[in-house]
Amino acid sequence: MRSAIEGFPYAEFLGVEVIHDQDGLVLVMPFRDDLVGNARLPAIHGGVVGAFLELTAAIGLIRENPGRRSPRPINFSVNYLRSVGPHETFGRAEIVKHGRRIANVRVIAWQEDPDQPVAAGTGNFLL
Amino acid sequence: MTPVFGTNPPQGLITHVPHAERLGMHLVELGAGFAVIRLPYAPELVGDPERGVVFGGAITTLLDQCSGLAVFCAVAEIRSIATLDLRIDYLRAAKPGRDLIGRAECYKLTTNVAFVRAAAWEDNESDPFASCHASFMLGANATTSPLALFIASMKKQPSERSR
Repeated sequence: MRSAIEGFPYAEFLGVEVIHDQDGLVLVMPFRDDLVGNARLPAIHGGVVGAFLELTAAIGLIRENPGRRSPRPINFSVNYLRSVGPHETFGRAEIVKHGRRIANVRVIAWQEDPDQPVAAGTGNFLL
Repeated sequence: MTPVFGTNPPQGLITHVPHAERLGMHLVELGAGFAVIRLPYAPELVGDPERGVVFGGAITTLLDQCSGLAVFCAVAEIRSIATLDLRIDYLRAAKPGRDLIGRAECYKLTTNVAFVRAAAWEDNESDPFASCHASFMLGANATTSPLALFIASMKKQPSERSR
């Protein structure tokens, strides 16, 4: 079952939804024409891919800490592994270290095949 | 011929990119190896409704767009490019309700890779809220970007360029 992310305008803007699988929370970004960066390939805008990864990390932390203020990103690093085509994109976050003030989160994104990731990210957030 | 470089660059460079157009990005300035873009504030870009602060990912999009354009403006011939990696430092929160300005500079080109640094601010370049480093693969795929073709079609002769 999919559910929208409420109270997070940018997540609503990207049209991102949440599902749960056996390993936990997965974010889904349905393809939309206005997310494209290169219309000829076509490929989703690199900025959108980065934003989706960062969003996946942030939602992962928010779900981990219900009721707390929004985690504030300190830095975020994105590696682009493959062209991100006109398909649904999935993202999963792993909280590597959850400290008192800082959390380190790793994110992976894929499209049709989870074993062929399209992008990977890692970031530090102030809690 | 409309000059590509300068403080009145053709906005077609943005409208070639569907997502940049969707965000209403505006090209402010282009030069040999650098690009400046304004991202208008919009409530839909907010990540923290309590503070009205734009989500970091929207800033990533602005700086990725600037960086790619800076690379296109740095390379001598038409080539496709692909972002290899991008790392962004959020120095402070962007001020709510304000347009965001991004500037990227391609500071090193090698045979296969372009290196870019970028920053974003509201009013003053000396007071940025984000700082960014990115690298791009040159000639990354067989399909040349429409943007690269557009720039190439409008580029002034090299002798007319000013640095």
